[in-house]
Amino acid sequence: MSKPPAIQLIGLTKRFDRVTACDRIDLEVNRGEILALLGENGSGKTTLTNMLSGIYQPDAGSILLDGKKAYIRSPRDAIRLGIGMIHQHFKLVEVLSARENILLGQAGLIRIPPVEAVRTFGMKVDLDKKVYQMSVSEKQSVEILKVLCRGADKLVLDEPTAVLTPQEILNLFDTLGKMRGEGKAVIIITHKLDEVMAISDRVTVLRRGQNAGTVFTEDTDRYSLTERMVGRPIDLEVRRAEAPLGQTLLKVEQLTARDPGGRPLIQDVSFTLRGGEILGVAGVAGSGQKALCEIIAGLEKPTSGSVFMEGQRIDGLSPREIIRHGVSMAFIPEDRLGMGLVGGMSIPDNLLLKTYRDQKGFLLRRKGAREDAVRMISQLNIQTSGLNARLSRLSGGNVQKVLLGREISLSPRVLITAYPVRGLDIGASMTIYDMLNEQKRKGVGILFVGEDLDVLLSLCDRIMVLCAGRVSAIVESRFATKALLGMKMTGLVTDKEDEYA
Amino acid sequence: MPKRPPLSFHLVQRGEIPRLYAWGYRLLAVLFALMTGGVFLAALGYSPLNIYGTMLKGALGSPGMQRETIKLTIPLALTSLGVLLAFRMRFWNIGAEGQIAAGAIAASYFAYFQAHLPTAVLLPLMALAGILAGGLWGLIPAWFKTRFGTNETLFTLMLNYIVMNLITFLREGPWRDPAGGFAATPRFPKGARLPELPLPFVGNVHIGWIVTLAMVLLLFLYMRYTKQGYEIAVVGENERTARYAGMPVRKIVLRTMFLSAGICGLAGMLQVAGPDRQLTDAVAGGRGFAAVSVVWLARLSPFGSLAVAFLFSVMQKGCSMMQTEYRIPASMSDILQGIILFCVLGAEFFLQYRISRRKEALA
Repeated sequence: MSKPPAIQLIGLTKRFDRVTACDRIDLEVNRGEILALLGENGSGKTTLTNMLSGIYQPDAGSILLDGKKAYIRSPRDAIRLGIGMIHQHFKLVEVLSARENILLGQAGLIRIPPVEAVRTFGMKVDLDKKVYQMSVSEKQSVEILKVLCRGADKLVLDEPTAVLTPQEILNLFDTLGKMRGEGKAVIIITHKLDEVMAISDRVTVLRRGQNAGTVFTEDTDRYSLTERMVGRPIDLEVRRAEAPLGQTLLKVEQLTARDPGGRPLIQDVSFTLRGGEILGVAGVAGSGQKALCEIIAGLEKPTSGSVFMEGQRIDGLSPREIIRHGVSMAFIPEDRLGMGLVGGMSIPDNLLLKTYRDQKGFLLRRKGAREDAVRMISQLNIQTSGLNARLSRLSGGNVQKVLLGREISLSPRVLITAYPVRGLDIGASMTIYDMLNEQKRKGVGILFVGEDLDVLLSLCDRIMVLCAGRVSAIVESRFATKALLGMKMTGLVTDKEDEYA
Repeated sequence: MPKRPPLSFHLVQRGEIPRLYAWGYRLLAVLFALMTGGVFLAALGYSPLNIYGTMLKGALGSPGMQRETIKLTIPLALTSLGVLLAFRMRFWNIGAEGQIAAGAIAASYFAYFQAHLPTAVLLPLMALAGILAGGLWGLIPAWFKTRFGTNETLFTLMLNYIVMNLITFLREGPWRDPAGGFAATPRFPKGARLPELPLPFVGNVHIGWIVTLAMVLLLFLYMRYTKQGYEIAVVGENERTARYAGMPVRKIVLRTMFLSAGICGLAGMLQVAGPDRQLTDAVAGGRGFAAVSVVWLARLSPFGSLAVAFLFSVMQKGCSMMQTEYRIPASMSDILQGIILFCVLGAEFFLQYRISRRKEALA
């Protein structure tokens, strides 16, 4: 062996209570190599990277950097040792420029001037642009520049593509390729198998906290990776259910809303949703998806425009009033525990949220909810330690099953879901898609806000693309392509870039 | 890289801990606090064992002393129940002091000016007035919070001083006893005093003890088995979810705060019509604040609050005995309470985290 690997983990172990998040994990990344870290939720990917970046301390095992034993006790240590973490959530100062964000607090620590880094790694960033004017992808580039300029030669990217459009993903991969060329060691965490195949040199699959094997990317394919990841073969095909188109259920007309600062959240959004159809909503994160859903659900009020549910006008009504009008609409918000569920309560108590008011009298009867919960746990295969366990102790997928299960059990006519599979593993995601398709067959109209364009294209009947709060296109999925959607998603953003050029 | 010694200790989060084990841990914390207090006493030159013995004797040594301890427990426990209800909703009501006083003033009005009514009418009327006045006083900060998003902690705290000084005003002005030499309110007429009932093993105590026990049970049932109790829990845990589910959040906050403050107002009524028999500045006597410590130590449990309020009262009564026998200032009671609170909160930390050692793997 000529050179020691840039990062070598030996028997790394981390336990939380009785759960072993990482169980004797061995792993190597060499210089000039991109390693994809693949695994379902709860397989230990995040814990592993948190140990590398000094947020968690391992219970056992060693980390070797360039052949030398390293003790990473804090994120500062990690930076000093040349480890650069790119988290999903950016930590940037919005009012400062890219350059200022990179240099901020780094006196004497900058190894590479930002201009040089931009050139070397082919990044598409205007260093003098303020962060608040940037798109998500530009912000991500700034985060990457930040660690590169500090001289990081070992990079860890936590699901970097989740927030990007197809074109932006290609740009990112281009940058990653240049990093490989420069001899950096790169670990990329992702859910998406196509991306693993496209960018990585080797793949390490984690399953239940253990290393389920490392393979060369060129020697494997999507199906064998999935099997390794889940532990059994799985059907990856997302199917579009066939259902007769029903009547128009939801009609949105010229809906406009502004944030308290007067900036538009959505502008002139108009569409219709019919029974037995899934209408997808695509768009870069923050294009107005959240405002749109929350206005329809009655949680926010529009500035102008109207929302009709089966002919009844409901915009401006509170959720309570909408329920009183006899409108049966279910809303699955993106932040499940922040809204929709109560993390500190048990499954039965969460099931009661929308039905407790229908009980007569002063007292609360939990018996029915407990029976419903038992049924739901077995039907949806929810993993829980018991009926009384707090919901926040469940994994993301199981939490989502509880939410979706509850909303569906109320037999809604319209179902609004925002990123229903976010943070869910493949198996759980497929269950959710099946549940949505089943609702569609029952004649329910579904508004599906999604981020994975492949899923949108294969699951939805039509796709509405939002760009900076406006509808830039509504297309039939059968005739649409990823490239088309990507272009429509960034339509306005690219216009803006032209102005700066 | 400079050689550093390997990190040998770090904190690790624990999972769910068996309940009994957790309570054992907290009990240990109390013992540890008493030991720490003992060191403090020893440093002052006293024998801790003697002092603790005297305290225990002073609080529970005879039926008479037990009655006094119970009389301290009643208002503290009742106030704690009121505070607890608001805290369950994450509404930080630290205005119990003022709500007690408001209840006491309203009750006193009937005692002073409607004394011609028969006792069977007058006392319930006073209780009702106490609950309403306390409740309305508590509604003010709740209304502002739901309407304008004001900070309830500051708001409830400030309202305390208004009522407390209102009592002083009444005592020195309109309600002053013309026959008395001091600026004080007159004693309540006989018909406005609470009757006494025998408490098992202890003897006659004013009927506040029954009210308190009933309230503990009622509150427990209310929070656990009613729709309103469920709403309080949901709003407390997650207001956005409550709105999402179509709960009338404003109404729930107002209603709960009215009940919370109403219970405190009732405590004020029981205090003036029971042991005090007149309206004084000391009607709340810091119980509104002590109740905050009580409910935290009791982890927002009604039964727990009753137990903790009793222990606090034992300590308070014991310390006043200690003061007369050893001339140690009764502030020792506050110091001990502080140490206990500190230790128990420390125990909470160790119930959530444990210290772990890292094992080295062979490279």
